[in-house]
Amino acid sequence: MRVVIVGAGEVGSHIAASLADSHDVVVIDIDSERVEQMNYSHDVLALTGDGASLETLEAADAASADLLIASTDDDETNLATCGTAKALGDAFTIARVKHVGFLRTWERSRGTFGVDFMVCSNLLTAEDIVQVIGLPAAVDVDWFANGLVQMAEFELGEDSPLLGRTVSEADQFELLTFAAILRDDAVELPRGDSKLESGDKVVVIGTPETVHQFAQRAAPKAAAADTETVFVVGGSEIGVQVARLLQTRGIKPRLIEQDPDRAREVAEELPATLVLNVDATDTSALDRENFGMADTVVATLDNDQKNLLVSLLAKRLGVDQTIAVVETGAYRELFETVGVDIAVNPRVVTAEEITRFTREQTTEKLAFIEDDRAEVLEVEVGGESVLVGRPIRESIADLPEGVVVGAIARAGALVSPRGETVIEPGDHVVLFVDETVAAEVTATV
Amino acid sequence: MKLRVDYRASLRLVGTVLKYLAVPLSFPLVVSLYYGESVMPFVVTMGLTVLVGSGLEQLSESSDIGAREGFLMVAATWFAVTVVGAIPFLIEANGIPFVTSAIHPESTLANPVNALFESMSGFTTTGATVLGDISFDSHTRGIMMWRQLTQWLGGMGIVVLAVAILPELSVGGAQLMDAEAPGPGIEKLTPRIAETARALWGAYLGLTVLEIVLLYGLNVTGFAPNMDVYNAIAHGLTTMPTGGFSPEARSIEAFSAAAQWVIIPFMVAAGTNFALFWHVLTGEPKKLVRDTEFKFYLGVIGVISAILAAVLFLGDGLVSVAPSGGTYDQLYLEGVRNAIIGGPESSLRQSVFQVVSIVTTTGYASMDFNAWSAPTQYGLLFAMFIGGSAGSTGGAIKIVRWYVILKSLRRELFTTAHPEAIRPVRLAGRAVDERAIRGIYAFTLLYLVLFFVSTGLVHLDAARIGLQVSVLESMSAVAATLGNVGPGFGVVGPMGSYLDFSNSSKLYMVLLMWVGRLEILPVLVLFTPEYWRR
Repeated sequence: MRVVIVGAGEVGSHIAASLADSHDVVVIDIDSERVEQMNYSHDVLALTGDGASLETLEAADAASADLLIASTDDDETNLATCGTAKALGDAFTIARVKHVGFLRTWERSRGTFGVDFMVCSNLLTAEDIVQVIGLPAAVDVDWFANGLVQMAEFELGEDSPLLGRTVSEADQFELLTFAAILRDDAVELPRGDSKLESGDKVVVIGTPETVHQFAQRAAPKAAAADTETVFVVGGSEIGVQVARLLQTRGIKPRLIEQDPDRAREVAEELPATLVLNVDATDTSALDRENFGMADTVVATLDNDQKNLLVSLLAKRLGVDQTIAVVETGAYRELFETVGVDIAVNPRVVTAEEITRFTREQTTEKLAFIEDDRAEVLEVEVGGESVLVGRPIRESIADLPEGVVVGAIARAGALVSPRGETVIEPGDHVVLFVDETVAAEVTATV
Repeated sequence: MKLRVDYRASLRLVGTVLKYLAVPLSFPLVVSLYYGESVMPFVVTMGLTVLVGSGLEQLSESSDIGAREGFLMVAATWFAVTVVGAIPFLIEANGIPFVTSAIHPESTLANPVNALFESMSGFTTTGATVLGDISFDSHTRGIMMWRQLTQWLGGMGIVVLAVAILPELSVGGAQLMDAEAPGPGIEKLTPRIAETARALWGAYLGLTVLEIVLLYGLNVTGFAPNMDVYNAIAHGLTTMPTGGFSPEARSIEAFSAAAQWVIIPFMVAAGTNFALFWHVLTGEPKKLVRDTEFKFYLGVIGVISAILAAVLFLGDGLVSVAPSGGTYDQLYLEGVRNAIIGGPESSLRQSVFQVVSIVTTTGYASMDFNAWSAPTQYGLLFAMFIGGSAGSTGGAIKIVRWYVILKSLRRELFTTAHPEAIRPVRLAGRAVDERAIRGIYAFTLLYLVLFFVSTGLVHLDAARIGLQVSVLESMSAVAATLGNVGPGFGVVGPMGSYLDFSNSSKLYMVLLMWVGRLEILPVLVLFTPEYWRR
């Protein structure tokens, strides 16, 4: 496959390095020094030029490329690059963006800006961070459809109020699907009258809100222990996304932002977050808000040094878990060595996502349940899929036993799958699949 | 000193509005023709208003107005229209030498102050009256219909109507509507302001017609024998503007329970933001049921009504002995006590009707609530300050302001514990601008200060002429005129009138109604030197 990568920064070179073994890679960057370095350090062709210009893309022969990845540091340049590439030929285009707004626009109508697949680094980073913080009562959690859909696995303890109830009694939420019950090493697809027993593990798929509400019903004690206090330090977009994702889980985070105007903006955007206009290094103000008693502190300031400082300060004050965003890849290990629990680099997260997508193509995301006994996968369905064009009740009959349609994401919104729901081409479908039939299902959908 | 305000341009537009006022004047003229009465009061007024209006139009070539001219135009329009509106009353009572003789010389409106009061009370949809005798014996049917029509014209706003009709107001229209419309700001429904104005008037007209049809329907089906065509139109014209005038001396008490029940939802609708009706008609009915202000408004009405209904049902809400010289006698009191105490339908109806009428600032009454006990009356006095929704035809402080004030007070409590917290006040999920909150506090404080100062002045003036009024009565008179409610308690009760106050008090109340209708600031700003200077 012929791949053109525009932008040879951290993301671009990371992707180039991992694709160079098996593909023909052309890298374009505006900085001639970087290009020279690229030519020597990797087995790729590197060219100097503006990736969004017709001449440069023609020089790279983008018209005959199979894949174009726009991974510069600038959102608008990446979008323009994809648009230009579409004017030249029909390469599959992937754009890296930072702002969630572009992603939401693109989700409304996939293909907008000439982008075939979009990766939003701020959102991915936030999802990564929130995944680490965890859903208290859940054994396993994963995100699909750009954060729209959440999958969670809960173990029903002795004290769960759901014991002895049937599945239809337990599933009271419109936007939640009961995907499976894992009982004694067997994967059981739930029917309305299946009774829940102690020790069962249940897998649910739905909006983050309903999954959280379900957690409160399934394991009220563990969910109540989730009086977890999380401080997000820094009202950057990553910080805001982290707070937003935490909100959808019922955690009410506190967000610290130094600039009063930005603090006001953030407060308007996040109704359930307590926004504090404090300097993160002002210990007396932090003391007033019991900063040291927090379970988790996430540092999302716009500067690595400050993030390190805040994380170390939090550790010193007795915070259990500190998570820091680190922009410079080289510092990541250093951060964790000096005492930050987890350092997340948005560029690495983005590069990994793009590489994964390039390898897997249609299967947009995959998560394994309980040592690969089952998997949850997100698929963008094409016109020829068995799922398309008829009610789920009919299409599911043509699939092997062991498949549940968990959620459907259409134009950036969740559609609840019911027997009569008709799946349309372009929908993103989240499926729960028993491992024994996984290969067969992946081929037909 | 050179004036910065182009008052000529403002007055030119006032002239245009006055000229067009001749059109609605033709409605009572037709009524008078139908009943074979003299049409002179209306013919003369029409001639005068066209003459004066055309004269004012000569003042300036341009009708380009800015924000400052807008305030002047709105305030002056309301005053000028009120003066013209008083002329038919004066001609009916006094006649014009050499032209026409007086039709009803016994009318209390022979006094120009009274005529001005009645006209201002009409246009501002207050509904406070100075008629000594509300009957067709001392007033023609045409004059009584004009009194109703003034309220209908003032309800959705004369300036809003002018913006809807006159193309020359399309540029400054939003500014003008903002100065006139109730509530802390206007919601543009369409890109063109004239279309917004038309949409609001359209919804207003539609609801008025619907109510007239329903009321007359009750008559046809035998549920309200005395709700004839005249009464149906007369009450249709004063419900939707939250007016409160009635050609019946006993207000809505004169009609059957069925008619009272029909009027209640229309009063509720009149106190609702009319933009919501527009959304309902354009296919977004969810906006009505989801609107925070609307829900809060219904909640407030529901809670107060429920409390008062319980109090009335149990009998604690009514006095047991009629005072001598009051507005009702022992016989009337026995009658209402028998009907209300232990009567679920009638206690509920009387409570809901009065509460809705007062909260929306309509001012109708389905009974003489002077017969209510003092604590119950204090409940109604409190309700006089609530007011309808923003963008409704109601007066007083407005529900949305109270809602924002309550929420921002809660925020103050929160920030006392968390001094660094940034916490926007939210209205239906959207953050309210801090400047808007400050404006709401300022308005509410100004309203309350004006209320207390005015109560003192009115009470002193009553004492000066030897008029016996209690403090509650003075307070209710001021709250009812400033809030455009209409009736108060005691002498100014729903079956009483403001006639006994001195001329100076009545003129002062004319000012209160004017200031209250335009929400104080657009009028008050005209009296500051900064407004007129560079």
